[in-house]
Amino acid sequence: MAFYRAHVLVCCGNTCSMRGGAALLQQLARLVEEKGLKDEVRVVETGCLGISEHGPAMVVYPEGVIYARVKAADLPEIVEEHLLKGRPVQRLMYRGPQAPKMEPETKVTYFGKQQKIVLRNCGIIDPRSIEEYIAVGGYQALGKALTEMTPMQVVEEVKKSGLRGRGGAAFPAALKWEAVADAPGREKVVVCNADEGEPGNFKDRLIMEGDPHSVIEAMAIAGYAVGARHGYVYIRGEYRQSVENFERAIAVAREMGLLGSNIFDSGFDFDITVYKGAGAYVCGEETALIESLEGHRGEPRLKPPFPVTHGLWGMPTLVNNVETLACVPPIISNGAYWFSGIGTEFSKGTKIFSPCGDVLLPGVIEAPFGITVREVLFDIAGGSRSGADIKAVLVGGPSGVMIGPESFDRKFAFEDLSPGAGALIVMDETRCAVDVVANCLKFFAHESCGQCVPCREGCKRVRDIVYGWTRGEGDELELDMVRRVGINMRLASRCGLGQFAPVALLSAMELFPEEFRAHVVDKRCPAGVCPMDSVVSVKEEQLSWQR
Amino acid sequence: MAINDTCACSAQDEAAVRAALESFEHTRTNLIPILHEIQDRTGRITGWAMEQVAEALKMPLAEVWGTATFYTMFDIEGAAKHIVRVCDSPPCHITGSAAVLKAVQEELGIKPGEVTPDGMFGLEEVACLGLCGVAPVMLIDREVFGNLTPEMVPGIIAKFREEG
Repeated sequence: MAFYRAHVLVCCGNTCSMRGGAALLQQLARLVEEKGLKDEVRVVETGCLGISEHGPAMVVYPEGVIYARVKAADLPEIVEEHLLKGRPVQRLMYRGPQAPKMEPETKVTYFGKQQKIVLRNCGIIDPRSIEEYIAVGGYQALGKALTEMTPMQVVEEVKKSGLRGRGGAAFPAALKWEAVADAPGREKVVVCNADEGEPGNFKDRLIMEGDPHSVIEAMAIAGYAVGARHGYVYIRGEYRQSVENFERAIAVAREMGLLGSNIFDSGFDFDITVYKGAGAYVCGEETALIESLEGHRGEPRLKPPFPVTHGLWGMPTLVNNVETLACVPPIISNGAYWFSGIGTEFSKGTKIFSPCGDVLLPGVIEAPFGITVREVLFDIAGGSRSGADIKAVLVGGPSGVMIGPESFDRKFAFEDLSPGAGALIVMDETRCAVDVVANCLKFFAHESCGQCVPCREGCKRVRDIVYGWTRGEGDELELDMVRRVGINMRLASRCGLGQFAPVALLSAMELFPEEFRAHVVDKRCPAGVCPMDSVVSVKEEQLSWQR
Repeated sequence: MAINDTCACSAQDEAAVRAALESFEHTRTNLIPILHEIQDRTGRITGWAMEQVAEALKMPLAEVWGTATFYTMFDIEGAAKHIVRVCDSPPCHITGSAAVLKAVQEELGIKPGEVTPDGMFGLEEVACLGLCGVAPVMLIDREVFGNLTPEMVPGIIAKFREEG
């Protein structure tokens, strides 16, 4: 194998590609060749560096210099100055407030307060190369599990690590693993839930685009632990690049004997099928996902029975989120105690967050549990984009709670402020809480599968009423009515969609009571966002059913 | 069930539907992959195509219809050549998707859910595309456009108009 004195990693993740990353890659390769550096400098395509929002981005190793917002016209300078003469181009270097100079020999911590476990390889390796994944220790955990551990020991290790689900529900992963392992049935399956649809979340996309093998390895380990021989990855249909990267990675793993029959001569068989969703948010709910996998409308099932005993085609089924699974190989490799040493007492490991909206540096970051909201928003994400104060954050996306600055010193942890799936939708002072909540409700009214009444009718009614408020309709009675409808939805909806749809509304009403009253009673929008273009009388008719 | 043997669509589309059906085993779990394949090859899923799928998979047409219409990525009418999808989920909404959508509407002269008279563009308002880091975002066919401002819209649309 040739020795390269430098590696240039060009991010070709979804957002960087959009900003011209792919074209840069080709041009850079050509320039390197023209300068006769082809045998010394290797140009590699990689997954997202986590700063795609400042893309196209690239990193030059061994120095670890990051270039952001690179234009085609900058390339000759980078090649000439940096690659040929060894002088990094200062004016193009990325300097996030949290980007210290990276020491090549230390673990990658581009960003001060971040710690990368799940994203450890994203932006470091070429996601298309299984060799690079293996070179950084990939598939060692699978080898260790298959050759040195019994399935029970694997489950025990995950249990001791304290790993909990990262999709939002925070269910202890090992309890699911144990239940599937113990469930009677000859055939069992492992399903990776990659139907990432919660607005504001784009972490799973990054993992799948940047490091698909870590998820494949984790699924095989899970299969071994619970006694399944087949796995399905259900990826949302909009994530074309994730689907492509995954399918390619599975094919290569199969060729290398890391999937298929008799893996590592252990007698364990495992294979994975990629299944593409078709645009339904509700399919992120595990039983709806299973229905969809079976070829039906994605309508959630009644629980119990739970998927761990009666899932896909009635078989015991383990459903885990992408991020949850990606934690598994490091746990097996480094041991449960290493993992449980990170984070807080009840929330172990790291969490991926995706700050977006009115924030200076939107993107994907990973930090240990226990980090405060303030640290994530200001130290890592750079604070407000416009300079206006941050008014509120929707934690976890539209199905999460809205919090104000008085909560910014709370810690992200399941025992304090649960991060949901990790989205942090930031609103500054110029935004209107009623307008944002109305938008969230519109989303749920559209995505409700329509199966159960509390969700189907509740989402629509509440949306209509809150939209009415943005137009200057409604009266004081509605404030209380909406709260009651919301509470009923929380209690009576069949699945999480309906149960969590009113949460943003209810928490916003508690956080900004004056703002809501200003809309409903005074008919004005303090932020000046809502149109307030309607007259009061229109609502009479709609209120009659309530009286 | 009465099945139309011939399709009101072009011979090319008819062949594409048949080819899509041949590339999968005819089981219920493959219904969505088959619909994806038809959508990819012909740009839409017609009633006729659904009848072919129902017959091949030996299932009621109503079930195929029910499943196909449940998922938003399947385009049942599919009259437009290019589909413009503007995201209006909270991260995009906060960063100004309403103004972008308005600019697209003005540029195309249609509202969400409509198709331009020449059949060139269809407009849809969609939920999160997972590109919130570069909000506001729109998708035209498979191409992503991010960090949009209303001023950028005419230029982007013009590019697709020129391509035809």
